Amino acid sequence: MKRFLARRFTYAIITLFVLSLLVFFGGQVLPGNVGRAILGPFADQQAVDALNHRLGVDRPLLVQYGSWLGRFLHGDMGESLVYRSPVALVVKAALGQSLKLAAVAFAVVVPLSILGGIVAALNVNRPVDRIITLGGLSVTVLPEFVTGIVLILIFGVWLRWLPVSAAWPDGAGPLTQLYYLILPAMPLVLGLFAYIARMARAGTLDALDSDYTRTAVLKGLPWRKVIWRHVLRNALLPTITVIATQTAFLIGGLLVTEKLFGYQGVGLLIFSAAQSKDFPMLQAGVLVTGIALVVATMVADLLYALLNPRIRLGAE
Amino acid sequence: MAEPALHLDRLSVAYRSGGRDRAVLRDVSLQIAPGEAYGLVGESGCGKSTVALAVVRYLPRNGKITGGAVMLDGTDVMRLGPEALRHLRAGTVSMVYQDPSKALNPSLKVGCQLGEVFEVMGVPSAEREMRSLEMLQKVRIADPGSVMMRYPHQLSGGMQQRVTIAMALASDPKMLILDEPTTGLDATVEAEALDLISDLRRELGTSILFISHNLAVVAKMSDRVGVLYAGMLVEEGLTREILSSPRHPYTVSLLRCLPRGGQRKDQRRLDNIPGFLPAPGALISGCPFAERCAIADDRCRAEVPELREDCGRLVRCHYPDRAVNIPRSTPSDLVNLKSSWGAAPVLRVSNLSKTYGQGSHAIRAVAGVSLSLLPGETLGLVGESGSGKTTLARMLLGLVPPDPGGAIELDGRPLAASLDRRRDEEVKAVQIVFQNPDSALNRSHSVSRIIGRALRKLGGYRGADLTGRLNALVAAVRLTPRHLSLRPRQLSGGLKQRVAIARSFAGDPRVLVCDEPTSALDVSVQAAILNLLADLQVERNVSYLFISHDLGVVRYLSDRIAVLYLGRIMEMGPSESVFEGPNHPYTEALLSAVPQLDGAQNTRIRLSGEIPSAANPPKGCVFHNRCPRKLGAICETLEPPQNEVQPGHVIRCHIRTEDLQRLQRRGMLSPVS
Ligand SMILES: Nc1ncnc2c1ncn2[C@@H]1O[C@H](COP(=O)(O)OP(=O)(O)OP(=O)(O)O)[C@@H](O)[C@H]1O
Ligand code: SF4
Ligand code: SF4
Ligand SMILES: [Mg+2]
Repeated sequence: MKRFLARRFTYAIITLFVLSLLVFFGGQVLPGNVGRAILGPFADQQAVDALNHRLGVDRPLLVQYGSWLGRFLHGDMGESLVYRSPVALVVKAALGQSLKLAAVAFAVVVPLSILGGIVAALNVNRPVDRIITLGGLSVTVLPEFVTGIVLILIFGVWLRWLPVSAAWPDGAGPLTQLYYLILPAMPLVLGLFAYIARMARAGTLDALDSDYTRTAVLKGLPWRKVIWRHVLRNALLPTITVIATQTAFLIGGLLVTEKLFGYQGVGLLIFSAAQSKDFPMLQAGVLVTGIALVVATMVADLLYALLNPRIRLGAE
Repeated sequence: MAEPALHLDRLSVAYRSGGRDRAVLRDVSLQIAPGEAYGLVGESGCGKSTVALAVVRYLPRNGKITGGAVMLDGTDVMRLGPEALRHLRAGTVSMVYQDPSKALNPSLKVGCQLGEVFEVMGVPSAEREMRSLEMLQKVRIADPGSVMMRYPHQLSGGMQQRVTIAMALASDPKMLILDEPTTGLDATVEAEALDLISDLRRELGTSILFISHNLAVVAKMSDRVGVLYAGMLVEEGLTREILSSPRHPYTVSLLRCLPRGGQRKDQRRLDNIPGFLPAPGALISGCPFAERCAIADDRCRAEVPELREDCGRLVRCHYPDRAVNIPRSTPSDLVNLKSSWGAAPVLRVSNLSKTYGQGSHAIRAVAGVSLSLLPGETLGLVGESGSGKTTLARMLLGLVPPDPGGAIELDGRPLAASLDRRRDEEVKAVQIVFQNPDSALNRSHSVSRIIGRALRKLGGYRGADLTGRLNALVAAVRLTPRHLSLRPRQLSGGLKQRVAIARSFAGDPRVLVCDEPTSALDVSVQAAILNLLADLQVERNVSYLFISHDLGVVRYLSDRIAVLYLGRIMEMGPSESVFEGPNHPYTEALLSAVPQLDGAQNTRIRLSGEIPSAANPPKGCVFHNRCPRKLGAICETLEPPQNEVQPGHVIRCHIRTEDLQRLQRRGMLSPVS
C-alpha cells in the first residue's frame, strides 16, 4: 500500500514537472517577443526592451524557468499582462468558481450514473437496460454546446424554470448559487453520464457473472445481500478509476460550458487569456488545471487502494 | 430403496447462441443414493459442469432446461419458488468448483464469507465466529483464527480450496457437488484436498457428485462413475468395473490415452482419440461417438444406441463386446531412441542460484542447482508450486539473470546470462513451450503468420525456403494446411499447443524447455502432444527439460528426473531408478500422492504443514519441517550430503542409503507429526 501510493505520488510529481516544463517553454516558443506582444507593433523598441528586462524575459531560459517555478510554488504566479494585477488572485477566484461548477456536476452525475449503470446491469437486455444505455449514449455523442443550447432553450427560455446566465447576484447564499449552477452543470452531467453508467454497468455485469457471486447465491444468501455485499463492492472499483479519468473530460467540458453560460471559471479564464495573449495568466491557468487533474487522479487511486484489499494489504 | 439424494430424470439442457438453442445435455438420467459418491467424467466440453449448474439451477443466462427433471432429496428443483430455492441452496445442496481464488470474494475477509453460511442458517451472530472456527478446524487449516481475519489473496491455493470446502460443508448438506475441485492444484495439495473430502464424507455421510476429467482422481473418489460424451451418458457402473474392464469404446479409448503402469516412451506410444467432440447442438442421428469410433459401422451412424444393461453396468453402444478389442488409432510402433550415454552434454548448469529482492525480503527461488542435459535426452523436473521450476526455466532462457557465481554452458561454451547478450544461434538453440498457449500466441495473427514469423526470425528462412519449411513444420506437428489461415481463438487447446510447439521448433532448437505443456489439456489431447514430443525428439535429437506435476506424464517422457524443493534439487537420477526407489523422503511423499487408476490406495504419506517460504528456508535440511522421516536434531542443523544410491542417482538426505531402502521397502513410516 505504501509502496503503491509512493509510486503514484512519484508519478504525479513527474507529471506535474513535465507539465510545468511544457507550459513554461510552450509559453516561450509560441509568442515570440513578450514585450512586443504586450506593447503592440508600433511601440518603441527601447520600450519593448525595457519591459522585457523588467519582466525578466531577457535572461537565459533555464534561469527564467527556475525563478518562475520558484515563485509559482510560493503562490506568486506573476502579474497578468492584461489586468495588471496578480495572476494568483484572478486564478484563485476562477478556480473556486470552476470547482463549484464541477462539484455540482459531479455530485449530480456520479450517483445518478452509477445507479443507472447498476439498474441497467440488474435488468440486462430488458427495456430498462436499453433505455439507460442507448439514451445515455445518444446524449453523450452530442457536444456540450449543443446540449447546452438545447437546455438553455428548454429550461431557460421556454419553461423559464432556471436562470439562463450562471452569474448569480452578488452576496447570493449557497442555495441561490446552486440554483444558478444547475443549468450550467447539466451539459457536463449529460456528457459524463453514459461513460460512467456504462462502466458501472460493465463492472456490475462482471461481478454478477463472477464465481464469487455464484458462491454467494449458492450459499442461499438473499439476493439483496448478494448485491450489496458481493456484487457492488467489486463492481464499483473499476468505475472509480473511470470517474477519475473523466476529470480530464470534465475540464474540457468546463471550457465550453463556461464560455456558453458566461461563467467566470478557469475554463473561461484560459480561453480569454489565450485570446489576449496574457501568458502569465495562461500559464497559471493551465498549470492549475493540471494540478487539479493530477490531484483528482491521486484521490481516485487512493480510494481504489482503500477499497481494494489486494492493494491495501500489499499484494503486487 | 430410500429416496435418492439426487435424481436426474431425462435431463436436457440447451444454450442459446447464434439465435439457436443448442442442446448440450441430452436425456441424462442418473441417481445418487444417500451417502454415495458418484463420479462424472468426460472430455472438456462434454457437459459436466452444465449438469452441476442445472442441479443448483444456476445455468448461465442463455442456458435453459429443455426437458426432464432434477430431484434433490425428493424435491423437484425446477418447481421451486425463489424463496424455496434459496432454502434448498442454504440447506440441502452445496457446490465447490475449480479455481478457489475466483470462488472467494476478493474484497471480503474469509471469516465474513464463512460466517455468511451460518447467517443464512439463522445462527445468532454471537455464535457464528465460533462455528466458523470449528469448520476451519474440520478442514484442517493451520491457525484458523488468523485465517478468518485474512483476505483470500493472502492464502495459498490449497488453503483457499479448504476454505471453499469448509463453506460448502458448513450447512451439513445432503448433496455436495464438486466440479473439478482440485484441477490446477499441486499434486501434493490435490492429494491432501482429496483425502480431506474423503474423510469428511465418511464423517458427515454426504452424497457427492464428483466431476473431473482426471480418471485417476475420479477412481479414487467415487463408488460409481458415469462417462459423459456429447451430453449423453455412454457408460455407467461401479468405478472398479468401469475402469478395469470398460465396455464402451469411448471409455476404452480414454483409458488408453493415459500412460499406465510405468509405461515409457521407448516402450510404446500412447493411444489417442482422433477428432473432436460434436459441437454443442450438433444434430446427432446415430451414435454420438461414431465419428471417432474405430469400429463404427453403418448401423452406428444410423441408429442411436440405447443405454442398455450389460455386464452389470449401463452401456450405450451397439457392440459392447467388441470394445475391448478396438484397434489403436495411432500405431504403437516403438519409438526408436538412440542411447546418448557418454555423449557430451548439450547443456550444463552449475551452481545456479536466483535471489529475488534483497535484504530481509530476499527470496532465494533457486539455490545452487547443477544439472546437465545430454543430446536427445529428457530431464523431467518435478516439484510443488513455488519450488523454483519456472525460475530455473527462465534463467536457462536468459529471461531472468542468475545470481553471480553460477554458470550455464551450451555445447561446452559458456552461455551469456541475459538474452540480449546471447548470439543468434544460442537464442535459437534454447526455446520454450508454455502451459497456456493462449497467452503465448498472438491472438490477432493467423497460424501461418505465427509460425512464419518464427521461421524468419529464428530460422532466417525467406521466400520459397520459408514456405517449404513452414509446410514441413506444420506437417511435423500434425496440423493440416486447413489450419494455416485460422487464428488461435478458432483452435482448440490441443491445436493451439501444437502451433506453439511448431513455433518453438522453428529455429531447430537443441534444448526445449516444456513448462507444464499438457496440464491444461484433456487426456486424449495430452496423449497426442506427448506422442508428438517423443516423435520430434527422435527425429531431431532435441533435449527436453520437461516440467510437470503429473508424475505419470513425467515418467512416460523422461530419461532422468530431478526433484526440486525450495529451489534445491533433492533427488536426481535415471527415471526408472527414481521410480523404483529408494527415494528422498520428499520424492517418496510425491510418489505416494499420485492417485491410481485402479483406485488402489497406496498408503499416502501426508506432509504436514505448508511449503515454507523461500524467504526464510528452514536451517539444515530445508525439508525438515515437513519430513515424515526426520531423524532429529541433525536434520535441523546440518545440511544433508549428496548420497549416490545407484550410479547417477543421488539423494540429498541424512538417512543412509541402506536405511532408506529398508524403510521404504517395508513401507514403514514413523508417526506423522
Ligand atoms: N453460456 C454458454 N453459452 C453457450 N455455450 C456454452 C455456454 N456454457 C457452456 N457452453 C458449451 O456447452 C458445452 C458444455 O459445457 P460444459 O461447461 O458443461 O462442459 P464441461 O464438460 O464442464 O467442460 P470442462 O471440462 O472444460 O469444464 C460446451 O461445448 C461449451 O462450449
Ligand atoms: S455404437 Fe458404434 S460407433 Fe457408437 S460406440 Fe458403439 S461401436 Fe462405436
Ligand atoms: S535430511 Fe532429515 S529432514 Fe531432510 S529429508 Fe533427510 S531425513 Fe528428512
Ligand atoms: Mg467444467
